[in-house]
Amino acid sequence: MEGLDIVKSHYVKELIAKGTREDGRGMFDFRNITIIPNVISHAEGSAQVDLGATRVLAGVKLQVEEPMEDTPDQGNLMVSSELLQLAHPEFESGPPSPESVELARVVDRGIRAAECIDLTKLFIEEGKAWSVFIDLYVLNYDGNLFDASTIAAMAALSSAKVPKYEDGKAVYEERTKPLELKNYVVSTTFAKADGVLMLDPNIHEEAASGARLTITNDGKVIRAMQKGLGGSFSPKEIESLVDVSLSKYSEIRKRIAPD
Amino acid sequence: MASKANKPQLIVDGKRLDGRALNELRPIKIQASVLKNADGSAYLEWGDNRVLAAVYGPKEAMPKHVQDPVKAIIKCKYQMAPFSSMGEHGRSGPNRRATEISKVTREAFESVVMLNDFPGSEIDIFIEILQSDGGTRAAGITAAAVALANAGIHMKDLIYAVSFGKTDGELILDLNMIEDNYSECDMPMAIAPRNGELLLLQMDGNLTKEEMKRGMAMAIEAGKKITAIQKAALQETYKKTEADIKGSENGV
Repeated sequence: MEGLDIVKSHYVKELIAKGTREDGRGMFDFRNITIIPNVISHAEGSAQVDLGATRVLAGVKLQVEEPMEDTPDQGNLMVSSELLQLAHPEFESGPPSPESVELARVVDRGIRAAECIDLTKLFIEEGKAWSVFIDLYVLNYDGNLFDASTIAAMAALSSAKVPKYEDGKAVYEERTKPLELKNYVVSTTFAKADGVLMLDPNIHEEAASGARLTITNDGKVIRAMQKGLGGSFSPKEIESLVDVSLSKYSEIRKRIAPD
Repeated sequence: MASKANKPQLIVDGKRLDGRALNELRPIKIQASVLKNADGSAYLEWGDNRVLAAVYGPKEAMPKHVQDPVKAIIKCKYQMAPFSSMGEHGRSGPNRRATEISKVTREAFESVVMLNDFPGSEIDIFIEILQSDGGTRAAGITAAAVALANAGIHMKDLIYAVSFGKTDGELILDLNMIEDNYSECDMPMAIAPRNGELLLLQMDGNLTKEEMKRGMAMAIEAGKKITAIQKAALQETYKKTEADIKGSENGV
């Protein structure tokens, strides 16, 4: 955390005490969201998402592989994330940090638990199935990577096209069939600072916060949750945030892809 | 989650495959102070889980640049032994799952350990899963809390963890491996019993708000039993100390 960020986080706390936020948002408002699908034409699917100044690029690649031993009739889903060094002065090179691993796994769990992709439909023939790789590239970090990444992953998936399959191989030049999505998830991440709960914390609000809770839902039920940072939540707080989370579904779902 | 096609019936006449009621914990046994070198330690058996937790510290935080002049930092490492699961030899070393569990476990303890009492220090928590049968992160946290207390680390509360899930349309407490494999959801939680706050919370699957409420209530109720077992394990170590003192007084 840079010195200026610490000063700003104190300022943010003062604002919260007055019931306002740095950018004038309501406590349960998202920042502006911009989604640009198909930014990488070589990938089977892609989307760049701006959530305020946080920017995540998600790329989807499909690859013919042998199904996993314990699920011979299914394809595979793999989510990875890269906190690129160009995204923030404190992001370092080296093996994936626990933060990066957590981000990828939380995004993965939401998509997997909601069965957004029917993995059995990825089966091609005996010993062959599509593996779907979602890579989350964090290009600029200004807080709340979780929601930006889930939106980017879902938008990239819904733009994805499946290559033609011929003689045991993928023909990447011929991609026409859209990747079928069975369900959509929306992720909502809350921060708690001085007992005040807020949605979509920016970097200064994150620095001011003691606890974080991500709730992923599909508009009907909760699909994944993850508490982070050192603080805690009461059962009552969690229940109220589940209500907020569900109420945010349709607004974000519409943005990810038209029905 | 395993494929649903060959899911066995997991609840028969309101009982689970191992005979437990829906809200019943597996048998839990804890022994504190089991490792000589560690500042605090605990061995825990939770159903077929076998967990060893050890705490070193507080000691000077290393490398120096990680030191925090106002408070201690916690380092936590959870890992599963390559021989801990049924089936094939597991890969040793950290994987993505273990990395994440280590992180959320550390964060759970950051809210209860009185970090400001030990500026510039580090407290190391090691959790070794020697045998796994579902719910190892909860077992690890429950054991590590005892190890921290055994090390004399100042804490606001003695925390515990447990998970609940959903199968055959019923909510069940403390999933074992087979239940976890076929469960419609899994929600591990670490809870501070004194104020009922949640320090760790993860979930995946499908869950309504009502079910979540009921599950959390089940976990808080179960905490009474788990906390009692943790405290008894700690008290047992003092009995031993007492006996040692008496022994030396009598010149034994």
